[in-house]
Amino acid sequence: MSDQPILEVKEVTKTFGGILALNRVSFHVNEGEILGIIGPNGSGKTTLINSITGFIKMTSGKVLFRGKDISRKPAHKIADMGVTRTFQIMRPYYSLPAYKNLVIPLFSPRAKRTGGWRGGGKLGDRNTVGIDILEEIGFERDSFVPYKMASTLPTGYLKRLELARCLALKPEIILCDEVFSGLSMSEIASMVPLIERLQMDGIALIMIEHRLRELFRVARRVMVLNFGEKLIEGNPEEVMANAKVKEAYFGSDEEVEEDMSYA
Amino acid sequence: MNTEQRRKERIDRGIKVRTDGLYAVMSWRELSYLTLPRIVLIVGLLILPFVMPSMYWQRVISIVCIYALLAVSFDLLAHFVGLVSLGGALFIGVGGYLSAIMNTSLGFPPLLAIPIATIAGAGICTLLLLPCLPLRGVYFAIVSLMYPLAMTRVIEALDILGGTDGIMGIDSFPNRWVEQYFVILMVLLFLFGVRRLVNLDIGLVLRAVKDNDQAVRASGMSITLYKAVAVFISSAMGCLGGACIVHIYMWSGMSLFALDFSIIPIAATVIGGAGTLVGPVLGCLILVPVSELLREFGTLRIVFYSLILVGFIVFRSEGIMVYGQRKYHQIERWVKV
Repeated sequence: MSDQPILEVKEVTKTFGGILALNRVSFHVNEGEILGIIGPNGSGKTTLINSITGFIKMTSGKVLFRGKDISRKPAHKIADMGVTRTFQIMRPYYSLPAYKNLVIPLFSPRAKRTGGWRGGGKLGDRNTVGIDILEEIGFERDSFVPYKMASTLPTGYLKRLELARCLALKPEIILCDEVFSGLSMSEIASMVPLIERLQMDGIALIMIEHRLRELFRVARRVMVLNFGEKLIEGNPEEVMANAKVKEAYFGSDEEVEEDMSYA
Repeated sequence: MNTEQRRKERIDRGIKVRTDGLYAVMSWRELSYLTLPRIVLIVGLLILPFVMPSMYWQRVISIVCIYALLAVSFDLLAHFVGLVSLGGALFIGVGGYLSAIMNTSLGFPPLLAIPIATIAGAGICTLLLLPCLPLRGVYFAIVSLMYPLAMTRVIEALDILGGTDGIMGIDSFPNRWVEQYFVILMVLLFLFGVRRLVNLDIGLVLRAVKDNDQAVRASGMSITLYKAVAVFISSAMGCLGGACIVHIYMWSGMSLFALDFSIIPIAATVIGGAGTLVGPVLGCLILVPVSELLREFGTLRIVFYSLILVGFIVFRSEGIMVYGQRKYHQIERWVKV
């Protein structure tokens, strides 16, 4: 882990009509670092990821990837540079088997150029490489899970498939939108080492999560968003001790006391 | 009271497994399971010009083939890329007028003018439709429907390209055998070519665009580019049909932009089975001759035509080919529960 920033977000603002979804949010991610982003529902976490990856146009602000401005590029160009993302609501190709889902990212210009995850794309045909990636990410080849139709896979596998699609592109940084949500405790338990392994492979990650305990196992730096504004940034212990964060999640003490007085 | 219940049981014949890859060459039986349906189609189409009784019906074959090209092009766009196209008339018109101009003004023979018109026409159609490709929803259908309507008005108002009279004096094919076998071979070529294409990796990307375009963007690929590739291929098929039609009729006019060319392929796809590619060809083989047979009913023709369509949609909405494929791969029987 070096202190070289791989992604710098500078004063990103996004408005939907009159609603201020993101208000001058700035942060950075270093090479090989995992940054957690937490915040209550509707605080703008997904909008932030959508803005960075070009899926929606930001109103103002700048995103620098390795010093290059990517804030006005279309989504596929940003993904082509290695800034990949997963979707909170999984977006597999339901009409295809799981391994064929990976043939599509492996066919992309970036995968052709870099060879994809572990350079496999340059060796074999894309079907085999797809199965290899899926096996590495936890699809049991012995029970033929990679061959199952994506429409029949349970949530846990679909979340992994989202990550696998990013991996097929040989990403520099992955923006994970709630990869732990909807998973059982045992599924999360097997997902955590996977995330750690990705970090060891030199991939930086931004993780949006509501599962704080699991997030804090992997992320050493956490940022809190509330109503589109950055509240605080720091290590998990600092963040959780902060009064403003407690207020954002649980409401202010005065409100609680008021409620109590009615009781 | 009869409490006995029956249930439809479906048993797979295992044809798919037994004809997959190397297994197909294990025995003649397996080989024939794989090849017979294809041979029936190819040979059937090739002997059609011989079994047809009259010049009139032989001309119908050519028209059937042109509609078949359009239907395959519609099926490719609608069921593999997710773009509902009403642009059949646009493709036919652009291809037809291009070939007509090249033949009459530049003096190219038909068999040279047709391929050039196919490629150039496909380029023009793709450029015309490019603005609505990044959009999702009904916009592609609306824009592709609008162009042929606009084209007829433009030709009429500005009196260009022969105006309302059309372009006359276009060379025909060397003889009617060349004409028929050219269009039949083109249908077979594009039918098997497109079927091969959708199973290649690039075809997989096209199907992915239909399934989930956001995920394709997240995979670092421009959906507009791949939609444009698909529109180019399918408008090439349409332009080829249009280029053939002007040399068959030896006349190119505003009726090339008639909406029949947009609607009949869709009807044929409904009847033949959507997403099978061969189904739309079968649909054309049924619909176009039926429409010719009904010609003597005059304007009542459209009523019978609609009745056939409604009947199919109500009773066999899956289409002939999907139904046929299921019967081929599965044994169905009623069993007592």
